[in-house]
Amino acid sequence: MDFTINVNNNEFQATQGETILEVLNKNGIKVPTLCHLKNSMPTGACRMCVVEDEQTGKLITSCSFPANPGMKIKTHSQRVVESRKTIIELLLSNHPDDCLYCVRNKNCELQDLSEEHHVRERRIRGYKNSEKLDLSSASIVRDPEKCVLCGRCVVVCEEVMGVACIDFVNRGNKSIIGTSFNQGLNTSSCINCGQCIMVCPTGALTEKNHFPEIQQALNDPAKRVVIQYAPSISVSMAEELGMEQGKDINGILNAALRKVGFNNVFDSSFSADLTIMEESAELIQRITEGGTLPMITSCCPGWVKYAEEFYSDLIPNLSSCKSPQQMMGAVIKSYFAEQEGLKPEEIYSVAIMPCTAKKFEAQREEMTQAGISDVDAVLTTRELTKFLKLYGVDMFNIKPELTDSPMGFRSTAGKLFGASGGVMEAAIRTAHFKLTGKELVNFQIPQIRGLEKRKEAKMKIGDLELGVAVVNGMANARELLDEIKNGRNDIHFVEVMACPGGCIGGGGQHIGTSHEQLKARMKTLYKIDENETLKVSHKNPEIIELYDNFLGEAGGHKSHELLHTKYKKREVMI
Amino acid sequence: MQQFFFQRLKNLSNNKFSTNPENKLFKMGDIKQIFNKYPEAGRDNLIPILQDIQSVDGYLSKESIIKVGAHLDIPSSKIFGVATFYNQFRFQPNGKYHVQVCRGTACHVLGSVTVLQEIEKQLKVKAGDTTRDGLFSIEVVACIGACGLAPVIAINGEFYAKVSAASLAEIIESYKNKEDE
Ligand code: SF4
Ligand code: SF4
Ligand code: SF4
Ligand code: FES
Ligand code: FES
Repeated sequence: MDFTINVNNNEFQATQGETILEVLNKNGIKVPTLCHLKNSMPTGACRMCVVEDEQTGKLITSCSFPANPGMKIKTHSQRVVESRKTIIELLLSNHPDDCLYCVRNKNCELQDLSEEHHVRERRIRGYKNSEKLDLSSASIVRDPEKCVLCGRCVVVCEEVMGVACIDFVNRGNKSIIGTSFNQGLNTSSCINCGQCIMVCPTGALTEKNHFPEIQQALNDPAKRVVIQYAPSISVSMAEELGMEQGKDINGILNAALRKVGFNNVFDSSFSADLTIMEESAELIQRITEGGTLPMITSCCPGWVKYAEEFYSDLIPNLSSCKSPQQMMGAVIKSYFAEQEGLKPEEIYSVAIMPCTAKKFEAQREEMTQAGISDVDAVLTTRELTKFLKLYGVDMFNIKPELTDSPMGFRSTAGKLFGASGGVMEAAIRTAHFKLTGKELVNFQIPQIRGLEKRKEAKMKIGDLELGVAVVNGMANARELLDEIKNGRNDIHFVEVMACPGGCIGGGGQHIGTSHEQLKARMKTLYKIDENETLKVSHKNPEIIELYDNFLGEAGGHKSHELLHTKYKKREVMI
Repeated sequence: MQQFFFQRLKNLSNNKFSTNPENKLFKMGDIKQIFNKYPEAGRDNLIPILQDIQSVDGYLSKESIIKVGAHLDIPSSKIFGVATFYNQFRFQPNGKYHVQVCRGTACHVLGSVTVLQEIEKQLKVKAGDTTRDGLFSIEVVACIGACGLAPVIAINGEFYAKVSAASLAEIIESYKNKEDE
């Protein structure tokens, strides 16, 4: 049902079920919000979005109040503006004013709000909480002093990720966000996805930073410092640099990283190809030799930890393949080291990832060889932008360069890893070839593309009908995993990505990534796949070379030593 | 949806639960029997279950919170969040000497804030916590019905009237001495 509401003496069209905020936004009126999160139930916690209901004379929260026929609203009356300002002043009353030293300086909603509302002096002084920094997690740093208790992290962690390891603890002016028993995040079921960072308006949540170690390595003449970047990175940075959204800056990125001083630049899409070789071999083996099915991908370290905690009975279903980051790391410190005549410990290996969980993954014990980590440090996309700025790289005046051989060449299949459905699509292409000896007629598999939370398809490969499912967003995955646990058996291969949309929507991407940007990033990945000719991992010449010269065969002894691993149940506070 | 549920839980009135004397029959930590009391295990039963556990164990342990979570299918962080919202729940076993500090109106007027601060300072733990040696624990309580003697504290049920920083030191010392004997 459509009707109109009166806003600031104008008639606005509204539809039954819309909130006042939605009607206002549709009609070009901005109202500040803080606790409000798109696509989630409003909590009405912060009251930042109040508007004046002229009929009742009350201030109502526009984010949670439905528009009703005949309503009369004032959005910027003196009273409304003043009350919003007071809310902001109250939020600031116990805030540590250290913007200059804060990671979110110039990218902070609290700064924006106080700036927009002309807060120029500290009128209210409040009780300061003196909670300590939580540095316990390998990925996430929590600074309760900067928390404005908007609750967005709590909502995301529970509703989008299905983890719910944090909640409001205590009440009144003692309220904080904490884990059970208010212990370090590392003792909780947190899967390090970083989605809470993505929604945090302030500097209360950030990733654990590795700049000093990386800089030290860069300055150490005895170290060979190499870097790899994930498939999604080159399509996720453009907006932040002020370029057209979703633009692929692959070549520029290679050049920039060399300018900073990295000796070798590799593309994790290469090791994504490698993952496909191993994973398709594993899938075929499981199908033909009666192994545990469905096989579930294990490239996403957020999902792997989730499985260890919440679905330990599905661990046998997890592919034993390491993720592309770790495969690349392992190959760098073995194959590449051998070729260059270096010892593994002489190499410092950095990875740029769209993901905070990759920081956790890199320091896992399973990801080491004889006590040496496969990957030494991980930077998120956000951190990379800061790093490039620090080294004065002008991304607009730089000539594109190629990645280094022998691990820089990739197929477009490897590149597709960046988006939800990409691993599956790449794996099917190669599995089809391995099983039938023929390439797919049509490489594109539209049923498993796109941003929908769950995609399923039945693929004909020779005589085999393969049931595949792709899920993104951990909470969505839960539904499918429960179906499988309850006996659903028409699915043989499952791709799980913890973050919404896959890595292009990862928790290490730029804060404020919109749905449009996600779509643009995905589109660019598919464009690359469409335009280039090498569409399958098994035809990547450098991959073939790697197997011929070093690994032997996919799924063979050497691969198992370097590229595969095992997981087990993890005890945490659930 | 869920978060609405928790919001509602948190908004439930903060009634003190009158301890059911039967509960004392339970063995320490025997949570099963408590669960059996609530055959329709639903989230609505969370608070009563926590109250029952506390009335047996004297506090909510990590173990018991995890067990309740598994039983009701609620993440432990949510249970902890709900439980810390109420003053009535403790998360550490009481000390051998349980110090209750009255923060009722009469005691407040006569300076119970300072009393509490002083005790926290002397015992080096905060209200709700227990000292490392397990000897003392502090609890903040509302009026304990001895307003004429304000400010009042009670240790294991024994009342101490018109306490001051100096008298507190003496009182605490006397309990410590009991231990040394
Ligand atoms: S969170 Fe925002 S307002 Fe607070 S210190 Fe950081 S930049 Fe400044
Ligand atoms: S990193 Fe992910 S799992 Fe951990 S607290 Fe944040 S949203 Fe929850
Ligand atoms: S940590 Fe950030 S997102 Fe979470 S409540 Fe605090 S300010 Fe909001
Ligand atoms: S944004 Fe509406 S109440 Fe917080
Ligand atoms: S207020 Fe303390 S005993 Fe009544």
